[in-house]
Amino acid sequence: MTQNNQQFDKFSPDMFKIVGNRQDESEKLAAKSVSFWKEVILRFSQNKLAIFGIIVLVIVTLMAIFVPMFSQYSYREQLGIYNAAPSAANWFGTDDLGRDIFVRVWQGARISLFIGITAAVIDLIIGVLWGSISGLAGGRLDNIMMRIADILSAVPYLLVVIILLVVLEPGLLPMIIALSITGWVNMARIVRGEVLSIKNQEYVLAARTLGANTWHLIIRHIVPNALGAILVTMTLTIPSAIFTESFLSYLGLGVPAPTASWGTMASEGNKALTSAPWRLFFPALFISLTIFAFNAVGDGLRDALDPKLRK
Amino acid sequence: MSKKLLEVNDLKINFKTYAGIVQAVRGVSFDLYEGETLAIVGESGSGKSVTSNSIMKLIPQPPGIYAGGEILFNGRDLVPLSEKEMAKVRGNEIAMIFQDPMTALNPTMRVGRQITEVILKHNKHVSGAEAKERAIKLLDLVGIPMPEKRFRQYPHEFSGGMRQRVVIAIALAADPKLLIADEPTTALDVTIQAQILELMKDIQKKSNTSIIFITHDLGVVANVADRVAVMYAGQIVEYGTVNDIFYNPRHPYTWGLLGSMPDLKNDVKEELRTIPGSPPDLIHPPKGDAFAARNEFAMAIDYEQEPPMFKVSDTHYAKTWLLHPDAPEVPIPDAIQQRINGYIKEAQGNGK
Amino acid sequence: MIKYILKRLGYILIALYLIVTATFFLMQLAPGSPFASERDFPPQIEAQLNAKYGLDNPWYVQYKDYLIDTVTFDFGESMKYKGRSTNDMIAESFPISLTLGIEAMIISIGLGILLGVIAALYHNKFPDYLASTIAVLGISVPSFILAGLMQYFLAFKLGLFPVSGWKGFNYSILPALAIAISHAGFIAKLTRSSMLEQSSSDYVKMARAKGIGKWTTVFKHTLRNALLPVVTYLGPLTAGVVTGSFIIEQIFAIPGLGKHFVTSITNRDYTVIMGTTVFYSIILLFAVLIVDILYSVIDPRIKLRGAKK
Repeated sequence: MTQNNQQFDKFSPDMFKIVGNRQDESEKLAAKSVSFWKEVILRFSQNKLAIFGIIVLVIVTLMAIFVPMFSQYSYREQLGIYNAAPSAANWFGTDDLGRDIFVRVWQGARISLFIGITAAVIDLIIGVLWGSISGLAGGRLDNIMMRIADILSAVPYLLVVIILLVVLEPGLLPMIIALSITGWVNMARIVRGEVLSIKNQEYVLAARTLGANTWHLIIRHIVPNALGAILVTMTLTIPSAIFTESFLSYLGLGVPAPTASWGTMASEGNKALTSAPWRLFFPALFISLTIFAFNAVGDGLRDALDPKLRK
Repeated sequence: MSKKLLEVNDLKINFKTYAGIVQAVRGVSFDLYEGETLAIVGESGSGKSVTSNSIMKLIPQPPGIYAGGEILFNGRDLVPLSEKEMAKVRGNEIAMIFQDPMTALNPTMRVGRQITEVILKHNKHVSGAEAKERAIKLLDLVGIPMPEKRFRQYPHEFSGGMRQRVVIAIALAADPKLLIADEPTTALDVTIQAQILELMKDIQKKSNTSIIFITHDLGVVANVADRVAVMYAGQIVEYGTVNDIFYNPRHPYTWGLLGSMPDLKNDVKEELRTIPGSPPDLIHPPKGDAFAARNEFAMAIDYEQEPPMFKVSDTHYAKTWLLHPDAPEVPIPDAIQQRINGYIKEAQGNGK
Repeated sequence: MIKYILKRLGYILIALYLIVTATFFLMQLAPGSPFASERDFPPQIEAQLNAKYGLDNPWYVQYKDYLIDTVTFDFGESMKYKGRSTNDMIAESFPISLTLGIEAMIISIGLGILLGVIAALYHNKFPDYLASTIAVLGISVPSFILAGLMQYFLAFKLGLFPVSGWKGFNYSILPALAIAISHAGFIAKLTRSSMLEQSSSDYVKMARAKGIGKWTTVFKHTLRNALLPVVTYLGPLTAGVVTGSFIIEQIFAIPGLGKHFVTSITNRDYTVIMGTTVFYSIILLFAVLIVDILYSVIDPRIKLRGAKK
């Protein structure tokens, strides 16, 4: 382990002049720390499933935007060929009213995506407001607001939603209302948690002294800090909304004909299963694929943001 | 002359990360004899925890890689052993005490069972009832009152200090020859710290166990260690007995450590010196002496070539070019020297 | 413990009251009446029917009657199917749904935990990718679509299972699978992440340091702690199985309570809707209570609020 002090090549005496430390160098030597979001993106892009999800979502969105625009058929146009199998003329076949399923699928994509995203955005807005106010206010107001949230989330959600839809006559707006009614609770809880953790930190107190009002606090401080968790929640709310929408459509409570939502298409397709199975397959494929993609992206985001996995 | 229990030779451990390969331990060598306590000191990232974990082969592989060297325990190299063979060594001949007793105990398993588990695993012929008896005796040994009652309790029903005692009891359950204590008192209150240290010294006296004590706290080192290894950037930079290190430190890093320790007893008014900068990136370790960039006494050669271990005495070695015959005389900095004088006075007063 | 249970029972009663009231008012707001939809009744008969069912009373009278009826579990007769008491309908169809539900729960829990444990133990290796992908796929394919697909491929084309109906154990397999698979997927993910979290904790490292073998550590230490979050999922699982049954029973033509519930909604059959809603609510609220108690029994660290340990 030890070396005999004499056993060296002779070094030039200059080598033993004291030169001191190199502090600026030392900083360079220390591991480069990457900015937070860059690291998140780096980790996210290593998740193959999540990247696949993003690709799927991009494709679906683009198709949803452009196919109905440029298709030769409109989604309600009846072509006179009923229950035709997929062919060169109709890539996904036709349904029992002679409508081209391909264009209907992408029209349905618009509806489902719209519903999903709107529901998620509403949940976001209500959730952030509710959670922030509750957290910032503290005390009794906080208590009451959270109790309400607890009760709302304890009530068997789907029962009430179904009944609500019965009452409100199926349609796009009622559907969105029904979907948003209890979804915001989760978001509110997360935001409130974030608020509580930063509420007493100095920069918040400082901002308040400087006269910042509540609104400013919410937008400038709370949201950025909770952004990660908010993003994940939103990304995972959308597939849940799409799922619920198709579920409700399946029950006959969905957006009425001739609007093509994936749920209604799947419902009709199921009835004609033995004669025209493609009428179920295609909407089924895209519902599943889209939900899968959102889930994969949401999970990927959550893993990428996980502080425990850092470093 | 007591027997050599453990001999680590040129141990190298790497970690595969997504940023590159981290050389956490870069050629560490030391010995440990029966019945003695070796303290391994260093800051976070120095490699001390990795070294101690690697002795029991507790490093998850991947991402850890044993890149070289040998670990001779009672003459037998542990590095090539299979998991199954290591399982017979762990707990049985070498045991570990973890830093945070809160998380080191299974929260849903009764404490008694966590002790008997070790006994039964390594002593096949012992009955359940016998194991229970032994466990209760152990709880008593580590100073837990009402051990029969405590046997059936869960970890959350114990206070922090009590939990650490339980962890020690578990470590002792199979009569190991070597105890590795990884910062066992860092998570505890200062008063409890003292108790735990006393307990460990007590046990060592009774059963002649050897202890490797990992810590960043030099005060603890002075209290428990017979010999000390100072680690920096994955290497041992100074190695000697407690007296060597405290009365005659030779490596500038050791000076820095001694200088940054708050000294409550010395009357001399002194500034708390910190060592500026941070440890180097171990994915691309620096060319020469790893400490050079933070070393105010660094020489040109420190940036070119890594120093070998120079011998200061039979027991004392330091890895610094300052000990080369051609190097200038660099005395121990004043502040540190004053501290040392303070220690000497104190020791004389205590009759050490 | 008793105090805690009583407190929870209190909350359950409040929640039930709210549900029942909400249901009532929603029904009041709903357009149409059960008699207007299908057959064309001459107005006098319709008026008579309305009178018989008290539908022409002011709402607060109806509300009072309704509350009294509910408390005495008198849900009257179905408005659509004359002479069929709601309670009878529930009693007849519930056992079927119960069987289906229990089968589905066993499959989701068993399959879910199995997949999750395998994925965690072979982390980042092939079995992990396989199990995780299966889990995510399971979550993504809605149960009713899965049902349709299974009906088509497994029953219709391959003839391995009956397509629909309820005449024996064989008939329950596809529907139970259809309901269970997405929950199995979720449980698999939950189990996997919980196992991974526990595996990297200090006490597992300590178990290794004690010389405990790899598999022994998993079964005696990691698994038990990892399954705790799964227990908390049992509540939502019950709810999910219940709602899953609504559609699945329709698709597979199973005469369960779910099917009746859905039909009663389409028919605006108020009495059945009310009765079934109350019934379901009671089950779900109690399920959550039972799960909470179960959890506190399993995890020694939990002290229920208002309970003495």
